[in-house]
Amino acid sequence: MHAGLEHYLTVSFLLFSLGLLGVILRRNLLVIYMSLELMLNAANLALVSFSRFNDNLNGQVLVFFIITVAAAEVSVGLALIVALYRRRQSAHVEDLTTMKL
Amino acid sequence: MDSLQNLIPETMLPDMMFYVFAGLTLGFGILVVANPFSRNPVTSAMFLVLAVISMAGLFVLLHAFFLAAVQVIVYAGAVMVLFLFVIMLLDIKDEQKRKIKKGFLLAGLLSVGTIAGLFIKGLHATRLDAHPSPTTEGDTALLGKLLFGQYVLPFEVVSVLLLVAMVGVILLSKKDLK
Amino acid sequence: MDWNFIIFSAVKIAVVIGVVQGMVAYAVLAERKISAWIQDRVGPNRTAPPFAKHIPVLGRLLTRLGMFQPLADGLKFMFKEDFTPAGVRKIYFFLAPAIAVIPAMLTVAVIPFGSVLGGQKMVIADLNVGILYTFGIVSLGVYGIVLAGYAANSKFPFLGGIRSSAQMISYEISMGLSVIPVLLIVGNLNLGQIIGWQAQHGWLILYAPLAFVIFLVASFAETNRLPFDLPEAETELVGGYHTEYGSMKFALFFLGEYSNMIASSGMMVTLFFGGWTLPFWGLDHPAATLVSGIIHILIFLVKMAAFIVLFIWVRWMFPRFRYDQLMDLGWRRFLPLALVNILITAIILWMRA
Repeated sequence: MHAGLEHYLTVSFLLFSLGLLGVILRRNLLVIYMSLELMLNAANLALVSFSRFNDNLNGQVLVFFIITVAAAEVSVGLALIVALYRRRQSAHVEDLTTMKL
Repeated sequence: MDSLQNLIPETMLPDMMFYVFAGLTLGFGILVVANPFSRNPVTSAMFLVLAVISMAGLFVLLHAFFLAAVQVIVYAGAVMVLFLFVIMLLDIKDEQKRKIKKGFLLAGLLSVGTIAGLFIKGLHATRLDAHPSPTTEGDTALLGKLLFGQYVLPFEVVSVLLLVAMVGVILLSKKDLK
Repeated sequence: MDWNFIIFSAVKIAVVIGVVQGMVAYAVLAERKISAWIQDRVGPNRTAPPFAKHIPVLGRLLTRLGMFQPLADGLKFMFKEDFTPAGVRKIYFFLAPAIAVIPAMLTVAVIPFGSVLGGQKMVIADLNVGILYTFGIVSLGVYGIVLAGYAANSKFPFLGGIRSSAQMISYEISMGLSVIPVLLIVGNLNLGQIIGWQAQHGWLILYAPLAFVIFLVASFAETNRLPFDLPEAETELVGGYHTEYGSMKFALFFLGEYSNMIASSGMMVTLFFGGWTLPFWGLDHPAATLVSGIIHILIFLVKMAAFIVLFIWVRWMFPRFRYDQLMDLGWRRFLPLALVNILITAIILWMRA
């Protein structure tokens, strides 16, 4: 089978769903964060394949920005997790429920 | 030798590579999220590194060479090292195996189902039987011109964002947060 | 598929890996000999197989030079007991040495080690984003060391691993930024074309000396060599990340370190010293005959050997940096310097255009 746009989009969709399931079902903050990265990567793949099949480099520029923003986001997020861990000695979402009513 | 050459035509190689890399990416992705053998976050992180690298392979197949390199340098080389760093320094223990709560499972299936519905609807709405031919070359020079021409303002904004993130991280990681 | 291409690539890969391994073995010997001469000792001078003494003159000379020492070392590593300490994280303990070697071997793939030989370009992969590929692979080199530190499950290797990952990430930035002036001047990311440019206009060291200095120092830090070998500083960290390793696993870390050294020597030769070209005797054109093709490869190897000797010489001449000094140098000296270098190069190029 010739690998066309829909094939790439399917991979992207599956990867995104995997990430989403990870975010919802896993309990470790860091693993949740990694699943988020997986979702971002899935979006990147979709954008690059759109760019490839639409004769337009704008998608790739957008991916470049996404990667940059993801790097910034990861650094801030990890700093937050470290700060949280210092207070609570835990990185499990179930232990971080003080905001819950 | 000629018969062998005919067996694998030149045009089929990228497609074969697509299935290889797509399979690898998805397989490693599954191992990040639901590894049946280990609940160690370090293992998850290592599989995410592998997933990111195989995704760079997909980028190469899409002729986005510059982005493939950036993907490996930034994600595999910096972001994931940061993850490992934090996991190791905090000495996070393995996540306990436990029953998945029904509510969460339902929420997960519901959201994935919704996205699947949207995805399939989207595929049907666009005439995919038209099979657009791949045209765009991920030329680094062109990408650079676009980044510093049409997209120069977002580029600068992103650089400011990085600076803000840096300041924020330094502030957050101070011992006595005031 | 072009079967010629596959066969020639396989041959090139096999030969290059073989040569790199051989160079690693003899780089270790060179390290021991040069350190001995610097410290007024003789170094390894008596290891010899039984038949060596029957060869007149040459056998004795080779023995005195320690030429058989790497063989003995290799055998020793192979036959030593492969000891796994209790309490290590087994899977990572076994994986880490392999992960340390693989990136070092992959970097060599894009370096053009000669012009043409028998109609074949003397480079394994002629990528149009060669430099980016190199940086991508180099940035993966961290994992071997970090995982080794983690797998050992004990204090000192862990500290060594953490130190090295911080060090390598920090210097990667200066390293990447230091190459940008070169790219600005040449206007191409393909290493073969960078060499082609240098053949026409002269070596890039003349155009970007500051970039070369930053690249050189950063590559010392990237390869964890003295004066920046803090990840394995024996006085503070016992042995650093490879404290718990022995026999062939330890040898793999060694192999990784020296292959990294060889790869970064190759990169420096390619980027700043004209690769396989020499500016005289018409050696700056792609070879037309078999002989000139071989001469080009030899030129490249000699230039690379000069850099390896420099690496070794520096190791035995300079004291180790303190960790805060290392970070200070990387972030507060080299990073701004590299940025200024880019700016100045860009302005000069703009004025001339």
